[in-house]
Amino acid sequence: MNTIIFRTISPVLVALTLLFSVFVTLRGHNEPGGGFIGGLIAVSAFALYGLSHGVPTVRHAMRFHPMEIAGFGLFLAGASGMLSIVFGVPFLTGLWVFPTIFGVEVALSTPMFFDIGVYFVVTGSITSIALALEAREGGV
Amino acid sequence: MTDPSPAPTWILLALAAPFLAALVAPTVHRLFGRAAAFALAAVPLAAFVGFLTLLGPVADGARLTTGFDWWPSYGVRFSLLVDGLSLVFALLITGIGTLIVIYAGGYMKGHPQAGRFMSFILLFMGAMLGLVLADDGITLFVMWEATSITSFLLIGFDHTRARARRAALQALVITGAGGLCLLAAVLLIGGATGTRTLSEVVATGDVIRGSDLYLPIFLLVLGAAFTKSAQVPLHVWLPNAMEAPTPVSAFLHSATMVKAGVYLLMRLHPVLGGTPEWTTVLPIVGGLTLLTGTLMAVRQTDLKLMLAQTTVASLGLLVLLVGVSTDAAIVGAVGYLLAHAFFKGALFMIAGTIDHEAGTRDVTKLGGLRKLMPITFASALVAAVSMAGLPPMIGFVAKEALYLGLDEAGRTALIAVAVAGNALMLVIGFAVALKPFLGPEVHTPKHAHEGPLELILGPIVLGAVGLGAALFLHGFSEIIVLPMAGAITGRPVEADLHLIPTYVSTPLILSIVTVALGVVAYLALTPLRAAVDAVVRGIGWGPDRGFDQIVAGLVGFASVVVRVVQPGRLEAYMAIVLGLAVVTLLAPLLLFGELPAWPAFPDLTAQEAVVILIAVSGLVAVVVARTRLTSIVSLGIQGFAVAVIFVLFGAPDLAFTQFMVETLSVVILALVLTRLALGERDHRPLRQKVVDAVIGGGLGLAFMLVLLKITQAPFDRTLTDFYDTYSRTIAHGRNVVNVIIVDFRGLDTLGEIAVVMITGLAILALVRVKARTPILPTPETGKRK
Repeated sequence: MNTIIFRTISPVLVALTLLFSVFVTLRGHNEPGGGFIGGLIAVSAFALYGLSHGVPTVRHAMRFHPMEIAGFGLFLAGASGMLSIVFGVPFLTGLWVFPTIFGVEVALSTPMFFDIGVYFVVTGSITSIALALEAREGGV
Repeated sequence: MTDPSPAPTWILLALAAPFLAALVAPTVHRLFGRAAAFALAAVPLAAFVGFLTLLGPVADGARLTTGFDWWPSYGVRFSLLVDGLSLVFALLITGIGTLIVIYAGGYMKGHPQAGRFMSFILLFMGAMLGLVLADDGITLFVMWEATSITSFLLIGFDHTRARARRAALQALVITGAGGLCLLAAVLLIGGATGTRTLSEVVATGDVIRGSDLYLPIFLLVLGAAFTKSAQVPLHVWLPNAMEAPTPVSAFLHSATMVKAGVYLLMRLHPVLGGTPEWTTVLPIVGGLTLLTGTLMAVRQTDLKLMLAQTTVASLGLLVLLVGVSTDAAIVGAVGYLLAHAFFKGALFMIAGTIDHEAGTRDVTKLGGLRKLMPITFASALVAAVSMAGLPPMIGFVAKEALYLGLDEAGRTALIAVAVAGNALMLVIGFAVALKPFLGPEVHTPKHAHEGPLELILGPIVLGAVGLGAALFLHGFSEIIVLPMAGAITGRPVEADLHLIPTYVSTPLILSIVTVALGVVAYLALTPLRAAVDAVVRGIGWGPDRGFDQIVAGLVGFASVVVRVVQPGRLEAYMAIVLGLAVVTLLAPLLLFGELPAWPAFPDLTAQEAVVILIAVSGLVAVVVARTRLTSIVSLGIQGFAVAVIFVLFGAPDLAFTQFMVETLSVVILALVLTRLALGERDHRPLRQKVVDAVIGGGLGLAFMLVLLKITQAPFDRTLTDFYDTYSRTIAHGRNVVNVIIVDFRGLDTLGEIAVVMITGLAILALVRVKARTPILPTPETGKRK
């Protein structure tokens, strides 16, 4: 696996894949995609990076333990549902605003943040597993 | 019985105050040090004074209630009742509580966790106050359990010692089991009478006694009362609870918590009492407890243990008297309960003071303290006189009253038991009050001297109350004893308590016999102790060891069950899970004759045929592959082919996900292979291969049949149409699949991602476990395999 070609090209691939995962997540509401599939794409990027450059490099690059990312995602998803309390509607009711930013109308919604939460949970959890299995010396 | 009238709302505040004080106790203690105890004692003192003002109305027969809706959908109110019974208990809790908080300030001085201790004591006080004031059955249960939990915290306060931890756990297990009985009893009472409000329940007369539920209710109430009030053979937790710091013993295990069981019997006496079951079971258990407690007390040399065992005995006596159920016996019980709270609380505090100042509480290592600790000695004597049932103390009045009750009821056997028990109480009372103080001075671990004000205040006040109650007997009787007895019997009670006997009556003769027996036993204490000790050692088994055996048996049983249902072999789990899946899928199809019709051969386009061919060849490769790695990769081929099929039939989201899942599955499975150190090849015996093949083939067949059946049924478009129609308009999204995931079924997704994360955590933990590390302890050795 440790060929020079693989090691050279993998950072580029990883960066592109991560960018693509964000793109897939955000467009999910109207086109094929979404947080779940986006998260899986991000996992494949991290797993690839781990295979080419070793797990410590990935952990360093991620800054947070993947499980912390998953925890943040679960919190974000739950919190986006809780926002409905403020407006006196049932838990997880979708709330939408359409502000105009730089002359472009942008749709912001609680389902979007919920989906981003899903993205983080999937990314964090599965990356944890993949990295733990890739690591040679039991570093979990 | 009069109808309840509204109580002043400050009672709710008085109940909340100890809990609030518990919150700030550690801070107060840190800020004010020694003065903190006096500051915190102001809380129960204020409540005590408040409750004193209610004595007048309650003595006139008023029953006061207050409360608020707590859980309206289940008809639970947080309601309180102040009548003769609960008021006296509330006065005991807040009054003795005030003294205990002050005492604890002196006793725990310099202890690093003294603030926490104060906090626990106040928490307990609040819970206990709630228990006796509760009018709603559920409130009663919650407070009952709260006393068990705070008692657990207090007994195990010195949690670095294994004995304290065991004692705390034992108390929690036994009283907790009683708490469950109480909950069941409350629910059954609600079923029998239609109300869980105690003030209404006790007004229902014979409804429960006449109901089929009487026996279960009776037994459950006994289960609650006998565990909390330490009746034989459930009493073992109480002597063990002496591991707690002495203020705890003086408060919980003499004056308040252990009386909760007696309180419950008294509270329900109007509707449960007087039946043959009641007047048989209670006196027998109470009598046995009385004799066991006093004999075990004689055996002890530790001051606190002597007192603890006599507390068991006193609780037995109270249960016996409540069991006799006549008005006179109830008056005796009330008198004895009050006298006991005064003298036993004082004696415990004195035992703690001796321990604190002399460094030991072993009665054989103490002596000659009378000159060094004169005030403690005097207050110990006063308490012992009351405990021995001698004039001029309230203990004498109580003993006369209870003998009169037993005599009037004509229960000769019970009289004999009570006389024997009281004689031994006299022995223990004087052993505690005289032995450490009389005789020559002996060397003690600490140089003994009189305790500080905090430590001697409690015994002095309680002694004065015990004396005052006897001297002003008429008033004491009118405003305390008779209203309480009236609340227990459910009707006004007349009784003539007297301090000075006016004529030679049976009770007086019994008292003289008691004292004579007691004096003889006191003189023969050492041989008596040796004799009892020899007998107990001869038996060699007791409920305390029985408790350990029961717990060990339970752990062993659990371990056997775990070994059966969790054999720890992955093959077994897989076979069971997948085999059950086959059965679950196939059984309905076969049982209800719902097998699908044979499908017509479809018209395949060229590209569909190619994809199917790829899928099949992937499967074949899985089966014939020689190495595990080849199998896993081949499985991926099949998965990708399926994903392509999703694309061909217009499910891009599904295909997308399938592609990613397949990719990651192959990668992760390959990584797992490197981790598990499996052989490169698969060496299953043929028999195993056949079984696995049957399960695998069966699962495939089952899924195929179910899917065929589903596709052959007419398609219900209701949901599809709903989502097509509303996805854009309600949820602002054109991708129906995603809208369902994040919006329409968002709650499901929230649950699912939580599961994903928990699974991830579990896998992390599994990866951390080194290969072949044992998991299950074996029951035989308790060691790991």
